[in-house]
Amino acid sequence: MATNEVVLALLRDGPAHGYDLKRDHDAWFPDARPLAFGQVYSTLGRLERGGLVEVLETRSEGGPERTVYALTERGGQLLSDWLAEPAGPAASSAEEIVRKTVAALRTGADAGGFLARQRAAHLRRMRELTDQPPDGDPAARLARDHLVAHLDADLRWLDLAVERVATSRDTNEQSPKTPEEATR
Amino acid sequence: MTDQPTAPVLEMTAVEHAYRRTVALNGVSLAVEPGEVLAVSGPSGCGKSTLLHAAAGIIRPQSGSVRLLGHDLEGLDEAARTRLRRRRVGIVLQFGQLVPDLPVIENVALPLLLDGHDRAAAYTAAAAWLDRVGLDADHDTPPAELSGGQAQRVAVARALVTGPAVIFADEPTGSMDTIGGEHLLELLLGAARERGAALVLVTHDNVVAAHADRELRLRDGLVEAEAVLR
Repeated sequence: MATNEVVLALLRDGPAHGYDLKRDHDAWFPDARPLAFGQVYSTLGRLERGGLVEVLETRSEGGPERTVYALTERGGQLLSDWLAEPAGPAASSAEEIVRKTVAALRTGADAGGFLARQRAAHLRRMRELTDQPPDGDPAARLARDHLVAHLDADLRWLDLAVERVATSRDTNEQSPKTPEEATR
Repeated sequence: MTDQPTAPVLEMTAVEHAYRRTVALNGVSLAVEPGEVLAVSGPSGCGKSTLLHAAAGIIRPQSGSVRLLGHDLEGLDEAARTRLRRRRVGIVLQFGQLVPDLPVIENVALPLLLDGHDRAAAYTAAAAWLDRVGLDADHDTPPAELSGGQAQRVAVARALVTGPAVIFADEPTGSMDTIGGEHLLELLLGAARERGAALVLVTHDNVVAAHADRELRLRDGLVEAEAVLR
């Protein structure tokens, strides 16, 4: 995920400190990996050095010091530019599945069994996502829809892989012997 | 004969069925527990619709046995099977399969009317279900004037109006857009949960299958894989 730009977007509504940003991020993307505090502060440091955010004030209010950050004009422009550009095709989360399936086929392991287990795992994850009560907030639901659509794409690929594996097995079983084999 | 509360609502044993020379079911065995949501999926032509038709007693398989709600379907004549379906089974077939000569309200009220229910009560129940499925058409509309999605909603209302113990649905969201399909699926799942009814969903849609407690994947008329999802 483009953490830099997401943090800029989180600051669009107004100045906030690191804890707020982490909390808002996790609320925006409830199904994604929670943002670690270390990542929030390292991102804010990077953005500050780049002139994209600025420190507004440091509050202590009896507790630990909290630095409040605000979006700079340049940060706001970068965010607008980012939102104006379509995202590049995402690096697929299916890559590991592809690697495993190809490796299973190449090494003569049980590719069909692997594909069935992977299908079940994907369906279970999809079920977890779809099982949660629908949120009235369309933005919250959209992030989940995206994950579900990706799982669906992976499942279609898994089904296709099952067909290809089965077709290749049937072809191998039915293929006539070579003249050399036939005379053995 | 009555079914035991803990007995499976559906048991199919070594069911085989072929159309001319095409084998649709090649020895399928399965059981569905009360309240269970089972998805039956698989590529086109794998036998999933035939399985649903055999389970609901719409066709008589050429061999094997089907036990539905405690009744051995082989031992029931056509009239008894129709009665069992009308009273305790809800069926949603692909493309709705509504009676073309009857307005939608009467299509939905039909199972109750055929079962001797009072006309006014049957129409009230039918109208309530049409509202619940979100039909955005007049209740007097003839089926020919409905879109595919609207017909599917009417078919779901008709399947649920009797409060069935088991619901069979063949591609229930097939002719609907994503959001309409989600709504209809939530409705079917909600109605099944409310009554503790079992729901058997035949689908090629992974998102629909992911709502099930268990998925059976068919291939060439056989159960190829089973996945427990809950």
